[in-house]
Amino acid sequence: MNRQIIKSAFIKSLPVLAGYIVLGIGFGILMNNAGYGVLWTAAMSIFIYAGSMQYVGVGLLTGGASVLTAIFTTITVNARHLFYSISMIDKYKDSGKYKPYLIFALTDETYSLLCDGNTPDEGNPDFYRFMVSLFDHCYWILGSIIGNLIGSVLPFSTAGIEFSMTALFVAAFTEQWLTAKDRISAVTGIVCTLLCLVIFGRNNFLIPAMILITFVLTILSKRGERTK
Amino acid sequence: MSSAVLVAAMSLVTILLRFLPFLIFGKETPKYVSYLGRVLPPAIIGMLVIYCLKDITVSAFPYGLPELISVACVMVVQIWKRNSLISILSGTVMYMILVQTVF
Repeated sequence: MNRQIIKSAFIKSLPVLAGYIVLGIGFGILMNNAGYGVLWTAAMSIFIYAGSMQYVGVGLLTGGASVLTAIFTTITVNARHLFYSISMIDKYKDSGKYKPYLIFALTDETYSLLCDGNTPDEGNPDFYRFMVSLFDHCYWILGSIIGNLIGSVLPFSTAGIEFSMTALFVAAFTEQWLTAKDRISAVTGIVCTLLCLVIFGRNNFLIPAMILITFVLTILSKRGERTK
Repeated sequence: MSSAVLVAAMSLVTILLRFLPFLIFGKETPKYVSYLGRVLPPAIIGMLVIYCLKDITVSAFPYGLPELISVACVMVVQIWKRNSLISILSGTVMYMILVQTVF
């Protein structure tokens, strides 16, 4: 029974495998170049477990940033995680002993795998989500360790393989588009983010985009209530 | 030593951000938050797609073509096969070929 769930979870996590190993290797190489060994690299991947933040974090470490700077930077880079948690509140509500880890390990990629709420028909859905989260976490840790140890001597060109993360989100978006009853939320996400990208520029658009998306979806809900 | 403090700060703030909504709304989820939870996923995934493509420049060579072609490839294969593993793989291979040999 459990083996079946673990197998389903592993298959579900496969799209993240290549991307996390590769992006993890990228992070490991950065850490190596900055003079940090495998213990530091593994510690960051285990305890921070947020891809883009760890890339930014290398700069904070080598630049000798203050704790306040680190805190503020983390809030700006990772504020989008508030969004993921809000949309998983009902799904993770009764997950019992798995709940703390499920919340801790809710990265962009794990979110994109689990946000549709689909789980195998048989077995414990919380254990399934736990295994998907754990597999992803392991890929990330493994990739960063590999990168830190041998990354710069990879025998073949992996240029462009980081696109697998973009492809993961595009595939999730397309699938939701095909199955959704109404597409207003998907359109809202795309249009609001594009608008904020144009207005605020590529370094500062994410938080305004989150606010705008929330605002638009709130207005849409009010209008939905009135027409009912 | 100071590196350990920085890593701890990054870790704790990230954890806090992930737990905060559960700490505030976990016990009794207001209807509004449940509503947001229900409608947000497609919007968030859309936001992430744009986020991943934010660094392309459409006004200069290669005009974001490798990205746009590969995104189209993922979409077409996804609509055709409905299997995200296959569509991610074909899109990524397409992109690697484009950036390594064509552009």
